[in-house]
Amino acid sequence: MPGKGLKRTVKISKGIVFHLVIYALALVTLAPFIWMVLTSLKDMNEIYVYPPKWLPEKFRFENYKNAFEAAPFGRYYINSIIVSLSVTFGQLITCSMAAFAFARLRFRGSNILFYIFLGTMMIPYNVTMIPSFMMLYWLGWIDSFKALIVPGLASAFGTFLLRQFFMTIPKELEEAAYIDGASRFSVLWRIIIPLSKPALATLAIFTFMGAFNDFIWSLIVLNSDEMRTVQLGLAIFRDRYLTQWDLLMAGSVTAVLPILLVFFFAQKYFIQGITLSGLKE
Amino acid sequence: MPGKNNKAGDKLKKKGRTPYKKGDGMSALLFLSPTLVVFSTFILFPVIFSFYLSFQKWNMFSSETTFVGLDNYIRMFQSEEFWQVLKNTAIYTFGTIPLNMGFSLMVAYALNKKVIGKKFLRTAFFAPVIISPVAAAVIWRWLYDPNFGLINWFIGLFGISPINWLNDPTAAMFALIIMGVWKTFGYNMVLFSAGLQGIPETYYEAALIDGAGKWTRFWKITIPLLSPTTFFIMVMSMIGSFQVFDIVYVLTSGGPLGSTKVLVFYVYEHAFKFFEMGYASAVSYVLFAILFIFTMLQMKYMKSKVLGN
Repeated sequence: MPGKGLKRTVKISKGIVFHLVIYALALVTLAPFIWMVLTSLKDMNEIYVYPPKWLPEKFRFENYKNAFEAAPFGRYYINSIIVSLSVTFGQLITCSMAAFAFARLRFRGSNILFYIFLGTMMIPYNVTMIPSFMMLYWLGWIDSFKALIVPGLASAFGTFLLRQFFMTIPKELEEAAYIDGASRFSVLWRIIIPLSKPALATLAIFTFMGAFNDFIWSLIVLNSDEMRTVQLGLAIFRDRYLTQWDLLMAGSVTAVLPILLVFFFAQKYFIQGITLSGLKE
Repeated sequence: MPGKNNKAGDKLKKKGRTPYKKGDGMSALLFLSPTLVVFSTFILFPVIFSFYLSFQKWNMFSSETTFVGLDNYIRMFQSEEFWQVLKNTAIYTFGTIPLNMGFSLMVAYALNKKVIGKKFLRTAFFAPVIISPVAAAVIWRWLYDPNFGLINWFIGLFGISPINWLNDPTAAMFALIIMGVWKTFGYNMVLFSAGLQGIPETYYEAALIDGAGKWTRFWKITIPLLSPTTFFIMVMSMIGSFQVFDIVYVLTSGGPLGSTKVLVFYVYEHAFKFFEMGYASAVSYVLFAILFIFTMLQMKYMKSKVLGN
């Protein structure tokens, strides 16, 4: 039947057009990344060519060496990792404890307290920023890791996320343990935690990413060069080397790469975390 | 199993709760204590103290604060710059949202169909979300370069003459909006995808039998059933956009001529550059009030959605 054949051809070509459009959109979305990487490998003369030349004549990996010599990005990295890991581990502990209390323990006022916890999610950081800064100033914690880590050691979002997950774990599992005389802590540690790996991974990845990408708080509480995080280092690097786009792009690649790598391996958890934050589980 | 005369047990059973051990209250306190300490120090106390500060004049370095009553608020409402900043923030927010939502819904809808390389596409659209705003803004500064930037070259392909993106007061806000959309639409795309997957296939099948076309199905089924998600995304985007800071700081630093100076930038400037802690607190409280209204809208939705279980 010729009609059927035509219909099929139309359908296939529609499919091709659809794929072309969506891949073009993806390419446009990725273009800034591609451009960043290519620029970071170009010679200064090639950078200032118009119309822009996409590929460098020779890949100049020494741009990275130069960027790391112009600013101690290695040091910034170590700082960022120390801070992000501390915040992440801290939150995994505090949030699972708090979530356990809300999901599994019966105590007076638990509902009200939980509402208050959720309510703190509404408070914009701008409101708490100034007094938090002052308190750390009085404590003498300004320009130290403590100032970056301690305020991040608890989170309402994390508590909420874990609570929702803990509530899905059947109670029978822990009842048996309680009958055997287990303490609440060992129930959390031996039963709930091992069963909650996906939720914990989601929280870990979100917290790590948030801490690694944080900017305004580090901008406020840090002032010495050796304490700087990657983000702060990059922002200051930008101010100093505004014309050295090869070095700036090398620095940007440095700041972006770890998170992109984490994302590549843990995509599932990112998606999970977002859908959970959309409260659509 | 509770005994036949165990009234307490029955009561608990009725509420659907299992009687655990005695002394849950004490352990709850123990389990909650780390979080409570951090929250009361870095959220509860600051919120109250910030409110107190908004009625004071204080430069942070002197040991004394001066009570000035409503002076900070009066100064703010009489300041032309404050209104400009508020306007800039609103332009950014309401400029970003329609583009962001339209684009993210479109992509989510497309990726909900049979597509080759779905995983790659999703990664591509999501990549801007996860990278640091600072690095993203550095990259976009280079893309927006008036002489060598990729954007001017790109629009040149369509015959548009070069724009001095970051130095022209009218273009700068637009530049910020474009970058903001690029940076955040992937996030909403994921939420829309989850929403789309929540719509039962049977609705579409029934409509198909009734002879509904593609557009009718989209407008009569997808859009209405997606409206809780849409509402959620809209309000959350408003809350997020009103607090934009990082990309403004790196991309334009509020310039040119203050055309991209937004509220958080204004708070930051007054608190940590001019050390007007009282005034900055007053501004942040106004921002809080605005966000509170958005949040109330959100709460209405959340209450039915989350706390119901």
